[in-house]
Amino acid sequence: MVKSTTKDAQDLFHSLRSAYVATPTNLKIIDLYVCFAVFTALIQVAYMALVGSFPFNSFLSGVLSCIGTAVLAVCLRIQVNKENKEFKDLAPERAFADFVLCNLVLHLVIINFLG
Amino acid sequence: MAALESPQPAATATAMRHAFGNVLSVLILVLIGVLAFSIRLFSVIKYESVIHEFDPYFNYRVTQFLSKNGIYEFWNWFDDRTWYPLGRVIGGTVYPGLTLTAGTIWWVLNSLNIPLSVETVCVFTAPVFSAFASWATYLLTKEVKGSGAGLAAAVLLAMVPSYISRSVAGSYDNEAVAIFALIFTFYLYIKTLNTGSLFYATLNALAYFYMVCSWGGYTFIINLIPMHVLLCIVTGRYSPRLYIAYAPLVVLGTLLAALVPVVGFNAVLTSEHFASFLVFIIIHVVALVYYIKGILTPKMFKVAVTLVVSIGMVVCFIVVAILVALVASSPTGGWSGRSLSLLDPTYASKYIPIIASVSEHQPPTWPSYFMDINVLAFLVPAGIIACFSPLSDSSSFVVLYIVMSVYFSGVMVRLMLVLAPAACIMSGIALSQAFDVFTGSIKYQLGGSSKSTDDAEDTSNAPKDDASAGKTDKGEEIVKERSSKKGKKKEREPADKPSVKSKAKKKALVLPLETSVVALLLLIMLGAFYVIHCVWAAAEAYSAPSIVLTSQSRDGLHVFDDFRESYAWLSHNTDVDDKVASWWDYGYQTTAMANRTVIVDNNTWNNTHIATVGTAMSSPEKAAWEIFNSLDVKYVLVVFGGLIGYPSDDINKFLWMVRIGGGVFPHIKEADYLRDGQYRIDSEATPTMLNCLMYKLSYYRFVETDGKAYDRVRRTEIGKKHFKLTHFEEVFTSHHWMVRIYKLKPAKNRIRGRAKKLKSKTTSSGWSSKSAKKNPWV
Repeated sequence: MVKSTTKDAQDLFHSLRSAYVATPTNLKIIDLYVCFAVFTALIQVAYMALVGSFPFNSFLSGVLSCIGTAVLAVCLRIQVNKENKEFKDLAPERAFADFVLCNLVLHLVIINFLG
Repeated sequence: MAALESPQPAATATAMRHAFGNVLSVLILVLIGVLAFSIRLFSVIKYESVIHEFDPYFNYRVTQFLSKNGIYEFWNWFDDRTWYPLGRVIGGTVYPGLTLTAGTIWWVLNSLNIPLSVETVCVFTAPVFSAFASWATYLLTKEVKGSGAGLAAAVLLAMVPSYISRSVAGSYDNEAVAIFALIFTFYLYIKTLNTGSLFYATLNALAYFYMVCSWGGYTFIINLIPMHVLLCIVTGRYSPRLYIAYAPLVVLGTLLAALVPVVGFNAVLTSEHFASFLVFIIIHVVALVYYIKGILTPKMFKVAVTLVVSIGMVVCFIVVAILVALVASSPTGGWSGRSLSLLDPTYASKYIPIIASVSEHQPPTWPSYFMDINVLAFLVPAGIIACFSPLSDSSSFVVLYIVMSVYFSGVMVRLMLVLAPAACIMSGIALSQAFDVFTGSIKYQLGGSSKSTDDAEDTSNAPKDDASAGKTDKGEEIVKERSSKKGKKKEREPADKPSVKSKAKKKALVLPLETSVVALLLLIMLGAFYVIHCVWAAAEAYSAPSIVLTSQSRDGLHVFDDFRESYAWLSHNTDVDDKVASWWDYGYQTTAMANRTVIVDNNTWNNTHIATVGTAMSSPEKAAWEIFNSLDVKYVLVVFGGLIGYPSDDINKFLWMVRIGGGVFPHIKEADYLRDGQYRIDSEATPTMLNCLMYKLSYYRFVETDGKAYDRVRRTEIGKKHFKLTHFEEVFTSHHWMVRIYKLKPAKNRIRGRAKKLKSKTTSSGWSSKSAKKNPWV
């Protein structure tokens, strides 16, 4: 039972990996950026657990900026992905411009809230 | 709209029709804006350009401060002229949207050398923003069903009495701008959902920020949108556009909400926001599942599911357990008092009498639905059915919106206001569909069989629409706008026909010519009734400024301007630093118009302080004097309606004073003031009632008016007619005896021997204190 489960897990892992290798490079860069942002957020949460949550607004703005830019990058990835039928007439430049604008607003708010 | 290639002249003809339609739409929208603005001007015409009610006076005072001192002073303002001796941090406890909006408008106009006073800008802010709100309703309904429905919904919203009641000229309250912000936020959300554009998602977050700045009702948005996202996921309508519409809104919206000082960290710590975080996590899980499903083969996906589900359940269980422990550790489960009273309507009456005492927080009666939304009440079900054919993301959103707002409006009368836009949208959709069917039928019958029957998609609801529409009298806007809208719709239909002809023809529902014509006429008549009702409601029911009262009698119109008379007396005849005590209803007006420090006001943030004033009003003269003296009060103000029959006076509110006071000071018992469970002030009243301060201050010298001391509100002669005041002296009574102001007599310098013995006897029965300075809090 355990052996079949581990074998299944290994099969799953292999197929995931092979499927992922096939994605285009630009999408992989975006995925890397998302992982980096989430990782930074996790580090901040761990730091807060060690040191305490004062000042809370700085902690909130730090974590939410990481999560926010990760979410926006995922939105960009959705819009730029050629396999998405819904966005085929959206120019990737427009998608990137929207991404930059939204990030600008997000970081303006973050700087204000950072304290 | 015409998807096929058409020959050249037909293409230009279509373009001409489109251009004509667009110009007509713009013209109609301008007229709707003018209509929304002018229908709210009745109170300015009938009375004067004055601020109404109680809460708007506070907002007006804050706007005055902002315009005089600038924005930095406003953010850091600590108000020491209210809640004496506690004061109030205005910057941190007020929703700044309304005051900043009006302040900006005033500043812009003044820098353009248009010298409007702050009061004028405040009075007319609400009508201007109601015009904006109708335009926002047009945009929102256009996204759901098309521009015909949009125009219908916009005109309905411009006139709906429920919205008029809170946005007349002079009603300078949060809802004036908040309803516009609400509809605009919903429009941007639907637009993002329909287009999947991140640009609109950013605008959506900014509009949500404006809504958070304006009104505490923003929690409705941040709970409705997650509910809709959950609904879409559960019904299998997940799409990448949903993710783009929701996820950036949560992050950006939470941050922006935390920026507003009133909300602050509540944006992440209170239960009102937890729904959005929960659905945030859920949508990420769902997005991941769809992504993995897309890149794996079905067999491998099954394996993945079984593996992940077993691990995921364990993790989920741990997280949920932690969350539940956190939430359960707070006494209200993390919800605020007002939100809890929305979820459990009996909560406020059991635990927080102040929330229960506000008349706006009572559940509405059935007739008030018909008064406030009139014919929309039975157009809404037709609209709901129209939304289901076809069901799209946006139409499921408006259905959810109307269901939720109907529930909440049933809990609190004040929330009928949130129901109004939803009802207008639904009714606009229903009316537009009905008109489509009727005009289509007429066109078909008149045009002969060569023209194909269009509107094939909306014929399924047509029988229900015209069955219900024809039987009961329904309708909508002014004849001029309606006929021009009908003309525009007729021009759109030929463009539909080529595309419909190419499909397999569905057997469409076409009504006989006479039926359609009669039904159209009936709809127009229904519209006329709606307009008449709205104008009547605006003119008669909702335009009273409540600071000036009028009554018609045989010898003409009587005007009762007692409130402003007494506030003017206060501001001219007392020192600037004198403290005035009254019931909390009049606090805002006293600080704004009389410019005197008050003890409690309408913000009601400190229950104990209000209970202190309530106890003082319910106590005998000496004890009341002690309490007021300890608060440095110089003047006491009571409102009395017995001479002219004004029913909202302090004697009618007195039982609430007793209840609130008794909630904090247990020696005040409500039963002491009731005779056999009945509240009376005549000769059968209890001695506690006849000796309390409120009775004495209201009825002092009342017997001199007509010799019999007949109270017109309670319709009886009062119990104790001839008495003297020992610790207070009367300094002012207004013209119709509506406002009476008393001054605290200074403490006696010497106490004679016999009075000393009497004094010690009364203290031992009342307050237990041995020292000369009595501490009423022991």
